[in-house]
Amino acid sequence: MAEMMQFDLVSPERKLASGQVRAVQIPGAEGDLTAMPEHAPTITTLRPGVLVTEGAEGEARYVVTGGFAEITPEATSVLAERAYGADAEGRAALEAILTETREKAAALTGPDKDAMDKIAEDLARTIDTIS
Amino acid sequence: MPSLKDLKNRIESVKSTRKITKAMQMVAAAKLRRAQEAAEAARPYAEKMADVVNGLAASVAGSDTAPRLLAGTGSEQTHLLVVMTAERGLCGGFNSSIVKIARYRAEKLIGEGKTVKILTVGKKGREQLRRDLGAHLVGHIDLSEVKRVGYENAAEISSKVFEMFEAGEFDVATVFYNRFESVISQIPTPVQIIPAEVPEDAGAKTLYDYEPSEEAILEDLLPRAVTTQIFTALLENGASEQGARMSAMDNATRNAGDMIDRLTIQYNRSRQAAITKELIEIISGAEAL
Repeated sequence: MAEMMQFDLVSPERKLASGQVRAVQIPGAEGDLTAMPEHAPTITTLRPGVLVTEGAEGEARYVVTGGFAEITPEATSVLAERAYGADAEGRAALEAILTETREKAAALTGPDKDAMDKIAEDLARTIDTIS
Repeated sequence: MPSLKDLKNRIESVKSTRKITKAMQMVAAAKLRRAQEAAEAARPYAEKMADVVNGLAASVAGSDTAPRLLAGTGSEQTHLLVVMTAERGLCGGFNSSIVKIARYRAEKLIGEGKTVKILTVGKKGREQLRRDLGAHLVGHIDLSEVKRVGYENAAEISSKVFEMFEAGEFDVATVFYNRFESVISQIPTPVQIIPAEVPEDAGAKTLYDYEPSEEAILEDLLPRAVTTQIFTALLENGASEQGARMSAMDNATRNAGDMIDRLTIQYNRSRQAAITKELIEIISGAEAL
């Protein structure tokens, strides 16, 4: 069984990370999942959360705000709407997004508001995790 | 016959024009490199997105639950043309070539009795289209303040398009932009974004598990795919604009050089003629004595 697999993290504007990893923890919309080599082919949407990769040089942490992940036995590609490193800069960016999301949620009603509220909640939790 | 003074002034003025076009060419070259890098960096995302959406779309297409962005409204009556041009001129045929194919398409659709609405991105296209298709313009997105096109700009355009789609203002949307081929060749290209076009052979190569369901993912993904397509078009257009400007300014610089050479020859000949004339006057004056 393969030890490592290809991992790519791309945002619309650029490629953020690419390399060989042992495992990737993905914040899926239906719950977290960890992809390892030989994982069954899966496509899942993401919720705002922390993405952790375990590579040869240890762990790397990123924050993503949504998007989707394509997992195949050989490779995992995460297409994030917006992604940052899990550091002070990423935290500042997330906080800005959180404020924006809360404003949007305040303007909505019904199921749209619930969905937006959930995103805000996920964002807030992510900020807590990395700070 | 212009006087020597006039010729000299003329040469000076062409020289300063050449300096300007040369500078513009170099600025365009630098910007082109940046624009190309941006377009390149965005490619992996766009390709992956297209792959996944095509795979999904192929398996959902035809079913009753297919999202409207994919299946369309069931009608083809109202067309929205999104015409992307530059904010500035002096870039050869860049703006005109997009406007030309957009106008051609618009006239064809109108001829077929369809309703045409035009959304312009970039000032130049709006100026050109206002003359004969002014009544069809429904909106304009101004990017003149934007130094570097980002995903947010694409999101701004797509949210406007979705808003109109939700409101039932059109059935089919097509984006017109210049595809960057090389510095000397940019190809005006129409791309239909709504309903999404799925290539015939797009059947999924791998059988994926979908989490949540295929429909739910597609619902979430399609708007993003459309935004990504618009983003790609914006970036390609940006690179094309700089490429077109670079070659236009290169031509202008060369023309200015030729003109300076011609004027210099003319100047030298006039000067020589004036000297000869004076000599003849002196000699014939001396002989008459």
